[in-house]
Amino acid sequence: MKPLVLVPAFNEAARIGRVLTGIRAAVPDATVLVVDDGSSDDTAAVARAAGARVVRLAFNLGAGVAAQTGYKLAIREGFDCVVHLDGDGQHEPADIPVLLALLERGEADVAIGSRFLGGTAYQPSVLRRAGMGLFRWLTWMLTGARFTDVTSGFRAFSREVVAFVAAEWYPTDYADADVIITLRRAGFRLKETPVRMYPRAGGRSMHAGLRPLYYVFKMLLSVSLAPLRGQPAGRKGN
Amino acid sequence: MAVALTPHQTVFALVTSLLTFLFILELVRRRRLREEYSWLWLLTAGAMILLVVWFRLLVVVTHLVGAVTPLNTLLLFAVLFLFAIAVHYSVIVSRLTTQVKNLAQELALVAARLEERQS
Repeated sequence: MKPLVLVPAFNEAARIGRVLTGIRAAVPDATVLVVDDGSSDDTAAVARAAGARVVRLAFNLGAGVAAQTGYKLAIREGFDCVVHLDGDGQHEPADIPVLLALLERGEADVAIGSRFLGGTAYQPSVLRRAGMGLFRWLTWMLTGARFTDVTSGFRAFSREVVAFVAAEWYPTDYADADVIITLRRAGFRLKETPVRMYPRAGGRSMHAGLRPLYYVFKMLLSVSLAPLRGQPAGRKGN
Repeated sequence: MAVALTPHQTVFALVTSLLTFLFILELVRRRRLREEYSWLWLLTAGAMILLVVWFRLLVVVTHLVGAVTPLNTLLLFAVLFLFAIAVHYSVIVSRLTTQVKNLAQELALVAARLEERQS
């Protein structure tokens, strides 16, 4: 297996170095790609200094677009799978092999790291828990499958899945519950595994100000339209 | 029975819709407006002209939509067309957004490859 570790980052110069060191320690042989989403700080330079490959978007386009840029590169350069984790240190790089193992054993096409499956005790705020609960329930209703952590951005995709999301469709931002629903409907096998997640260490979260409201609106729309979009052509034979 | 348009109303409606029609044509002629984005405007202006000139049609449409006076019908259709044009632009903007996104990704990937080759 030739994995690509994909880290989209927007103004994470202060935090990304530690993340990259952690990745290097966890998977020394993997190629690490940082997609700099039009940062105005030294994110790209810090990432390069830490030994990562860097792709820089000319302007800020959203986390989903940055991630998809990485998926496009992975497909073109023939990587077998892609592990996606955030550049702000919320995801524990030491858990990358756990996600990769799920794909390697052929148990899943999509490995989702769940913070609620007995990893570290992660305590989100009441409001955020309510939001997560809503989307967990919606995902269950729409796919018939229970996921404990539908908003997790710590995931690994097999090559087929990467090809699928690198093509036309991928949300520009907040790519989580709707991604799970679309991938499941495309016939891919999704599986959760426990991982450790930490609260964000400083900087600006993408969930600040009025954004949570927009997030809920966007996700509700996207999640409820996903089943109406017809069967996407994903995994062959399904 | 529907009240006929006054000469004032007729002249005003006719002049504004004709001017709009000609203005759009002029923009297309000078290549300031692309043909594919002009059709909805031309259709709007054309429909207005047709309704004003062919009064019987306006009366029929007025009855059909249940408007009180023919002038109401004209205004109603003007608003509906503006709405259609606004939605049309939202669709175009969405398409452009996707195209810009794809171009930016492509540029970033090509630039990264070039840089890696040089170093």
